Amino acid sequence: MEFIEGKMDELKEDTLPLAYTGYIRKKISFMIISSILLFLLLIYSIAVGAANISFTNVMAALFGYDVGNVSTIIWNIRLPRALTAIVSGIGLSVAGVALQSILRNPLGSPYTLGISHAAAFGAAFSVIVLGSGSMRSTGADAVMLNNPYMTTAVAFCFSMIATFILIAIARYRSASPEVMILTGVALASLFTAGTMFLQYFADDVQLAAVVFWTFGDVGRADWGDLGILTAVTIPSMVYFLLNRWNYNAIDAGDETAKGLGVNVEKVRLWGMLVASLMTAFVVAFLGVIGFVGLVCPHIARKFVGDEQRFLLPASCLTGGLLLLSADTAARLMLAPHELPVAILTAFMGAPLFLYLLIRGYQH
Amino acid sequence: MLNVEGLGFNYKTRKVLEQIHFGLKPGEVLAILGPNGVGKSTLLRCINTIHPPATGTIFVDGEEVLSLEKHEVAKRIGYVPQRSEAGKLTAYDAILLGRKPHIGWNIKEKDHKIVESIIMKLELDKLALRYINEMSGGELQRVAIARALVQEPKLLLLDEPTSSLDLKKQLEILRTVRQVVKDNRVSAVITMHDINLALRFADRYIFLKDGNIFAHGGHEIVVPETIEQVYGVSATVEELNGFRIVVPNEE
Repeated sequence: MEFIEGKMDELKEDTLPLAYTGYIRKKISFMIISSILLFLLLIYSIAVGAANISFTNVMAALFGYDVGNVSTIIWNIRLPRALTAIVSGIGLSVAGVALQSILRNPLGSPYTLGISHAAAFGAAFSVIVLGSGSMRSTGADAVMLNNPYMTTAVAFCFSMIATFILIAIARYRSASPEVMILTGVALASLFTAGTMFLQYFADDVQLAAVVFWTFGDVGRADWGDLGILTAVTIPSMVYFLLNRWNYNAIDAGDETAKGLGVNVEKVRLWGMLVASLMTAFVVAFLGVIGFVGLVCPHIARKFVGDEQRFLLPASCLTGGLLLLSADTAARLMLAPHELPVAILTAFMGAPLFLYLLIRGYQH
Repeated sequence: MLNVEGLGFNYKTRKVLEQIHFGLKPGEVLAILGPNGVGKSTLLRCINTIHPPATGTIFVDGEEVLSLEKHEVAKRIGYVPQRSEAGKLTAYDAILLGRKPHIGWNIKEKDHKIVESIIMKLELDKLALRYINEMSGGELQRVAIARALVQEPKLLLLDEPTSSLDLKKQLEILRTVRQVVKDNRVSAVITMHDINLALRFADRYIFLKDGNIFAHGGHEIVVPETIEQVYGVSATVEELNGFRIVVPNEE
């Protein structure tokens, strides 16, 4: 059957397509502006710190000119740190927005669902029990991961355990906001208790190291870590983007999605697996950085709405922007001391979480 | 158009539907009637294979839908469930989602054309750029129907499309559905509770009782005996202003 045949003449030059184009253009402008802001923030973040570097020197160093010490500071410390903030911000935020959609739950994020805590326990287990990392009691670089692959693998295994518990409960009870968040609370306390158990049996140097380590901090990634994180973040991002229409369909309700030919269970399972993998890598390398996966998608929703074609890329941008600005602030606030960024994101995220609860969680 | 043969469905060990046979021609609206919990919604979900039936075959336009891929089913059958969720997205985007089974990597010009023509047809142009989470039940229902229509289905399944609407909206929705069905020579299967509303808009009727078809046919099957047997309510069936109406005899 042809629904459009013979009816196209009626459309003429009506205003709807134009109005819709204008509406889409607004969303695209938001993303262009965010991208520009992100770039400017990156430059700013590289320029400021214990040693302030002029803008021209930053640009010169970035373009490969040798500016002496400045080049060393930028290439060895500030650039990897800033890029790590952006990449992990993108990863956590995109995992959050996908979880919010596939669980049909606006409070979904790796942190609120307990996936981050599970990954943290896994990483602590790997470092303390399996000896995949050595400890130093300095705040700046508390843990050297001798074997990042093993740490990540164990972190991933535990985040998977949390994920499967979530999926099982979503299936046998429901994926309602209450059930999911309470499951998240239970999982978070379970794995936090597990981490405390490990800490109890650690010696004082180990204990100090693990405590430092659980404060999520983007400053501990070097170029190699950043490479691995990027290698996970980009495919995850592409995976979520490829599924944007599936997520739109699930947002309209499971029944509607199935009526549109979406294999809801399969999309949900794979989405959770990829989101957990993403979280496991970030946690294994950087520690627990809470609320980014919750807050950034909601900031993006404010500007571009819930339509996934725009929400997914917009969330990536707000994720990168928020974590980089939080980390820059964390470096400058108590200079010359540098705060772990997770402390700041929790300060920003918790009020938003409460706001969402008060406003009522309409998706 | 639609041919259902020997369809049966079990929930765990309980038989929900058994030996369902019926056919439907293009341009016809079929109302599925029967008491709560008799399996009306289940029948719809079986037809579009959300619940694969235990037995039987379902042909839409000569094709056996049970052997088709999910998105191929969605190209042939548009399904409007009782409830759909409403996020912060425009009616236009919500309707565009109906093109999902046809969309490859990205939306094409043709997808937009179809969405626009359905929006015009359902007179949703004033609502097109409003957010659906700010809409009333009736508006949202029209958006959901529009979404099913842009799938370009041959068969429309509507699960109690009028259940939460006021009288005027009930008439509007069903008038729209009937119009679309007649104009495009598709078929529609609608589950309903309101027999009188069904009598105004449907061409064919199926009364379900205990998982079986109790009666199947045109207006002539809606008689006091059927109502009594299916619902356990004694009723009078009369003609008023050219419409058959069912009036319960009890208080």
